[in-house]
Amino acid sequence: MGDASSSEIFATLLMQGFAGLSLFSVLLLMALGLAIIFGQMGVINMAHGEFMAIGAYTTYVMSQFAQEHELLDVYFPFALLAAFIIAGAAGYLMEILLIRHLYKRPLDTLLATWGASLILQQIFRSAFGAREVSPELPEWIMGSMQPAEGIDLPISGLFVLGLSAVVTAGVALMLFKSRWGLGVRAISQNRVIAGAVGIDTKRIDRLTFALGCGLAGVAGAAFTTIASTGPTSGSLYIVDTFLVVVFGGAASILGTIASAFAIGQAQSVLEFLMTGSTAKVLTLVSVVLILMMRPEGLFSAKVRR
Amino acid sequence: MTLRSYLAPHGPAWRTLAAGIAMGLALAAPATRSAEVNTTGLAVTDSTVTVGDLHSATGTMAISEIGSIQAELLAIDQINAMGGVLGRKIQVIKEDGASDWPTFAEKARKLLVKDKVAAVFGCWTSASRKAVLPVFEKENGLLYYPTFYEGLEQSKNVIYTGQEATQQIIAGLDWVAKEKGAKTFFLIGSDYIWPRTSNKIARKHIENVLKGKVVGEEYYPLGHTNFRSLINKVKLAKPDVIYSVVVGGSNVSWFKQLKAAGITADKQTLLTISTTEDEVKGIGGENVVGFYSAMKYFQSLDNENNKKFVEAFKAKYGADSVIGDVTQAAYLGPWLWKAAVEKAGSFDVDKVAAASPGIELKTAPEGYVKIHPNHHLWSKLRIGKWKKDGQVDVVYESGLIEPNPFPEGYQ
Repeated sequence: MGDASSSEIFATLLMQGFAGLSLFSVLLLMALGLAIIFGQMGVINMAHGEFMAIGAYTTYVMSQFAQEHELLDVYFPFALLAAFIIAGAAGYLMEILLIRHLYKRPLDTLLATWGASLILQQIFRSAFGAREVSPELPEWIMGSMQPAEGIDLPISGLFVLGLSAVVTAGVALMLFKSRWGLGVRAISQNRVIAGAVGIDTKRIDRLTFALGCGLAGVAGAAFTTIASTGPTSGSLYIVDTFLVVVFGGAASILGTIASAFAIGQAQSVLEFLMTGSTAKVLTLVSVVLILMMRPEGLFSAKVRR
Repeated sequence: MTLRSYLAPHGPAWRTLAAGIAMGLALAAPATRSAEVNTTGLAVTDSTVTVGDLHSATGTMAISEIGSIQAELLAIDQINAMGGVLGRKIQVIKEDGASDWPTFAEKARKLLVKDKVAAVFGCWTSASRKAVLPVFEKENGLLYYPTFYEGLEQSKNVIYTGQEATQQIIAGLDWVAKEKGAKTFFLIGSDYIWPRTSNKIARKHIENVLKGKVVGEEYYPLGHTNFRSLINKVKLAKPDVIYSVVVGGSNVSWFKQLKAAGITADKQTLLTISTTEDEVKGIGGENVVGFYSAMKYFQSLDNENNKKFVEAFKAKYGADSVIGDVTQAAYLGPWLWKAAVEKAGSFDVDKVAAASPGIELKTAPEGYVKIHPNHHLWSKLRIGKWKKDGQVDVVYESGLIEPNPFPEGYQ
């Protein structure tokens, strides 16, 4: 890198900053759904990655439909919506069939959702085959934007950034302005009292779980722009997702945002300075060290227990 | 007459019955024949021979291994339609290694010890091959291994039908140095044994033979999906060639992000030894247009053998199925085994292994292959230039390259 000119170094710094931002937005989008489910219900949803895969496969199916009807340029926003609805509906169903019977047994939910994730993986494999698929994407999303010579900003990155901003704002708005949000906040403070004052905790649980899964679906749909979709793709994301949620402090949206930002930037900068595997190790080590000092995560909910 | 007299060994009825059975067997087939072609107790009858097929049909590796299973079963079907091997139909016992290396070892032992299979077609990753190798050597089985791999291995009990590292790497680098005048290389790989060993060989060749320079060498965990920082580094280093050994699903993120960062074939030469038609199906042809792959086989190879192979494969597995390098190598396995068994006149593993060197296959879809005494294949190296439809134009073809799994000066 010795012979790079100063304008190149400036351009690289800029693109590097953007790389960190887009990793941040990816992590945030992945973790949001998991965070609200865990925060409110104390359920660790091991099948979160598979709900992302549901979203991705939905996009794939929609893209095939769009290809036949020459709608490739416009279908993608509808695919995001469909991913949200279908993943959300699947989550709603799973809550009714499985999760609600296990609320008093947090360790069992861990095992049950993990089992559900294996079942879902096999369903994907039977329905779509073991090979990875990739939806046909509109041309505009795959290219790059060149605001100046030597600077390429990937449009897919900008898109994911915008999407996670909108989704996060939407979730925050719902949490703090809607009746459902009021219920969620009450329940995460004290489930028994919330029930006693007349909040239908079971209904709120079901909605929260469905919403969390729906958000995972949106994340999965958005990721088709940067990665592939296979029966086991979900399990690739789940580790990073957990990392973000645990590091952020499980019950807090703000914590999730801060944690995604910290991990995204750290990872991105370290990857630039050293090789990928070492960067990953260093990121994980620093997360572990910080968690040893702050076991509750970056932002812990201040609740009297 | 009572039941007892039927069963009594000294009764007259028993003697007649026994003589009758013996005569019946002698008439149906000469009783000695199976004993002649099988002195080691393999699962060979007068009309059938049993082989094993051991791949991951489930788990993360299923993506890659399913093509191999399909190709092996197709070859076996075709051999059976031609009358089988030494007049015996091939029966297959399929086992699933489930992308888990201890499972591979366990299933290999089951196939060899319990089922007594005459040969096994299987494994894909080096890790799975390393896991089953001791089993095959101890139980004296015979494995046909289809994947291009890092070399540094040779066993009496394995026939390697894919290329070892020097066959794939050196000719490819020579081509890019000569054709593109490349001097500087950026090596990128997934972080495990095959990419690392391959890049070690590539680096030696670039530095010692081509007198070029490696301006970067980086590894990323399997399944990594974020290559933006790496791409920025590549942009700063400005290599003549990006040399990519990224494996599996990561390929998709890698190529999509390259394109999104404005690195396309009109500005940058990229050569990969890990991207086949299988991966490109997931990546999308439009994201790899103009980049180069170095392989011994491409689906679009223009020869009669290959036309027949592609046609038969699509007839059996659907018109939109794709055939990558390893799939073709897997297809060679049963044919090479059949040729060796017939040359040896026996199913015995020792005799088949001894008969294997020198076996030629003129009907191979890749053209022509021959087994070397080191149990690898003589084969050609081709450079394919990717097109939008996920197929390649073959822009270069080497002569037959001698396999050399233990290359000197490259360690």
